[in-house]
Amino acid sequence: MKLREIAQLVDAQFITGSDHADREVARAFAADLLSDVLAMVREEGVLLITGMTTPQVVRVAEVMNMGAVLFVRGKLPTAATVEYACGTGIPLLATRRIMFETCGILYQSELSPAQRKRFPLDHDSPDAARS
Amino acid sequence: MTPRTPLVLKRIYPVISRDLEQAGVVSTAVRRELLGLGMSPDVVRRASVVCFEGEMNMVLYTRGGRIILLVKEDRVEVLFSDHGPGIADIDLASQPGYSTAPDWARELGFGAGLGIHNMQQNSDLFKIRSRVGEATVVRATILLGIPFF
Repeated sequence: MKLREIAQLVDAQFITGSDHADREVARAFAADLLSDVLAMVREEGVLLITGMTTPQVVRVAEVMNMGAVLFVRGKLPTAATVEYACGTGIPLLATRRIMFETCGILYQSELSPAQRKRFPLDHDSPDAARS
Repeated sequence: MTPRTPLVLKRIYPVISRDLEQAGVVSTAVRRELLGLGMSPDVVRRASVVCFEGEMNMVLYTRGGRIILLVKEDRVEVLFSDHGPGIADIDLASQPGYSTAPDWARELGFGAGLGIHNMQQNSDLFKIRSRVGEATVVRATILLGIPFF
C-alpha cells in the first residue's frame, strides 16, 4: 500500500517526506514501547505506528530501516526531530486518530501485520501463518 | 580466545550519560559505516539493533563511556565500555522483563527490561564483564556470513 493511500485512509498528514508519498509499505507494526520495536520487528520497510514522539523514534526507524513513521493521537514530534527525519529520508505522518482506530482502519484495508519474532506466549506452535 | 583477524575499520564514539537528545546517534553512525562497507542488510540491522540497545543502556543507566566499532574481515564487534556504576547480577539483568528503569526512561519508550536480552539475541558472541562501583564492558560480536536463526 502506498503511503499516500495510508494517509488518505486514516486522515493523516505528511509532516515530512511527502515526496515519498508513492513509497510502498506492505506491513505495519504498532507500539509505543521502542524496546519492542527493536526486539520484534525483523523485516525492513515496515510502517511504524506510534504515539511516541521522542527523537529516538526516528532513530529506531532509521536503524531498523523502516518505511515510514505514523504518529497517532494528534501528537507531533519536535522541530529538531522533524529536521533529523528529513536527513534520514524517513517520511513522518501524523493523524488525530487514536492508535486503535488507525490500526483497525489499516488492517481492514489489508495492510499486513509485520513479521515478528516469537513471543513468549507462542509456546510450541507459533503463529504458523506469520512465521 | 578469538583468533586475530585483520582490522578493516575502527571507530570510537563517546556516549554521554542522560543525553537524551543525542541518544541513538552512535547507532545511526554505526549503521552508516557498515552500509558504507557494503555489509549485508541482515548484518547491518543486527549490529544496529545491538548498538542501539547498548547505547540506550549507557545513556539511561551509566555515567557515560564509549562505544567502539571494530570491523574485521570475518566479524563486526561492538564494544561498550562505561564508567560505572556496574551490574551486580548480570544473569538477572539479562532476563527479559527485568528492569531497574526509572519512570522517565519508561516514558521515553524504553526500560522494558528487554535490552540485554535483545542484544544477546542479535549477537553471535556476547560477553558482559562488570565490576560494581567501577565499570561494565560489553562485547557483542556478529560473525559475517553466518546466517541468523
